[in-house]
Amino acid sequence: MRSPKSPVLTIDGLIKDVGPLPTLDGKMLRVVSDVSLVAGRGEVTALLGANGAGKTTTIECAQGLQKRTGGAITLLGADPGTAGAELRARVGVMLQDGGLPPSARPIPLLRHIAGMYRNPRPLDELVQRLGIDSFSRTNVRRLSGGQKQRLALAAALIGNPEVLFLDEPSAGLDPQSRQLVFELISELRDSGMGIILTTHLMDDAQRLADYVYIIDAGRNVAEGTVAQLLQHNMPETPHRDHVRTLHFEALPGLDFTGVLAAEIEIRETRSGSYTATGALTPEDLAALTAWWAHHGIMPGSLSMEARSLEDVFLDISGREIR
Amino acid sequence: MTTATGSAPAPLLRRILLQGKYEAATMLRNGEQLILAVVLPLLALIGLTVTPLLDGLGDSRVNVAVPGILALCAMSTAFTGQGIATGFDRRYGVLRFLSTTPLGRAGLIAGKILAVLAVLVIQVVIVAAVAFPLGWRPDPLGALPGLCMLVLGAAAFTALGLLVAGTVRPEATLAITNLLWILLGALGGIVIPMQRLPELAQNTVHLLPSGSLGEGLRDAFLHGAVNGNAVLVLLMWTVLAGAAAIRWFKWN
Repeated sequence: MRSPKSPVLTIDGLIKDVGPLPTLDGKMLRVVSDVSLVAGRGEVTALLGANGAGKTTTIECAQGLQKRTGGAITLLGADPGTAGAELRARVGVMLQDGGLPPSARPIPLLRHIAGMYRNPRPLDELVQRLGIDSFSRTNVRRLSGGQKQRLALAAALIGNPEVLFLDEPSAGLDPQSRQLVFELISELRDSGMGIILTTHLMDDAQRLADYVYIIDAGRNVAEGTVAQLLQHNMPETPHRDHVRTLHFEALPGLDFTGVLAAEIEIRETRSGSYTATGALTPEDLAALTAWWAHHGIMPGSLSMEARSLEDVFLDISGREIR
Repeated sequence: MTTATGSAPAPLLRRILLQGKYEAATMLRNGEQLILAVVLPLLALIGLTVTPLLDGLGDSRVNVAVPGILALCAMSTAFTGQGIATGFDRRYGVLRFLSTTPLGRAGLIAGKILAVLAVLVIQVVIVAAVAFPLGWRPDPLGALPGLCMLVLGAAAFTALGLLVAGTVRPEATLAITNLLWILLGALGGIVIPMQRLPELAQNTVHLLPSGSLGEGLRDAFLHGAVNGNAVLVLLMWTVLAGAAAIRWFKWN
């Protein structure tokens, strides 16, 4: 595990059982079996994983909303399972389902929550910044998904927290809101806030996160900066930073042995459909096209893209539907 | 945006008062809750004073009716109203969100109790304002024990409401608390005194929170007396339901 300069959250070997569940003959279900992570001040730390991987359970244990079964959690130097109002005042939480009363109006609700803090953030600034003034007279129940998310973010920020938890922050956001929310998150990070977010969207993690923990089936499976993760399981070469995936379609059953560098294998994924993944060099591309020219082959289609976090994730956690 | 360091909670008492005020205002703005909390009890009061249902149980119909109506008010607000609101707040994650703020779980519960008491005060004032012109003359010695009994009854019903709201789906909370409001209100010894219930019911009703609150309030306001049995039964319900709610309340 890494050690950031100024850690705000440390989770060590978290275990969480739920139940007893009638569907398991009254037995307990272990939803988190071994998750460890460190999040630092002035950083966005992402927990990335499929739905049901244990991300929300992990951060709810860190927020003190769920009691852990085992392991240790330190949030701003305290144990969130037993800490009181002093700790809660320093931590902002945006829940996955918002947690806002449907009959409330945005401004009175924010004002009410602000009253729980000694030095809340100025309401007008937040309202304006998150565009809440455009729907300030509408009940929460009539707000769109994106408006609800923006209001929930304002509610999490009104107390001026040092640590911010965001559970699936871009769920339900339209592209404009998403842009707005992402800009704000980056700005808050730059001002020194420690931000921990969960997401199942690779794109969110790729755009926002300074450090990513990939969680699968209740345990850590990989971690690193986005750049490091993109090189995950790739051999050591001078070209590790341009890992690409190449697709093309041609005659079925071609043998490409020896065409590309040794560590890059071309697989025929379907009849006549080929994929090569690895640190491709310009020389590799030249060799491949020369081979086609030599054999008189014109590919039916040809595309190349950078390896995405999604590819890494699927490589790690498997491609089958669970 | 800037991040200041040293975020701190507002003082505990201020947090609880704020939450109490917020929840009370939410209750009073909700039309259905107002019908349950004010309109139906007043209709019952008028109904009982214009019909001979309570004749022969005291010196006047209204004197017998008002204590039961006050008990009904406590059940409306503490059990049915508060139970339904809490059940839906639980569904929408409001309880979980508020418990991550400095308010916390204990502050949230304290705020709810405060809101119940605040609404109850308003109900007592309204019922009294209607009952005095109808000729209500309570025993002056019964005022203090009566009000204490009312608060104790509200505590028992708040604990029961939280127990239901925290353990079943909000739709079920809605059904259970409304159904019990009608059943206990009519047959549980609240507005109709025990003597007017079937003999079988008389033996059990005084063990219910409804029967003990109804009888306790009638003894206080009609005779200026403290009904020790009723106090014990209500205390028992408060402690049992409170302990069960603490044990089984699910926040999500």
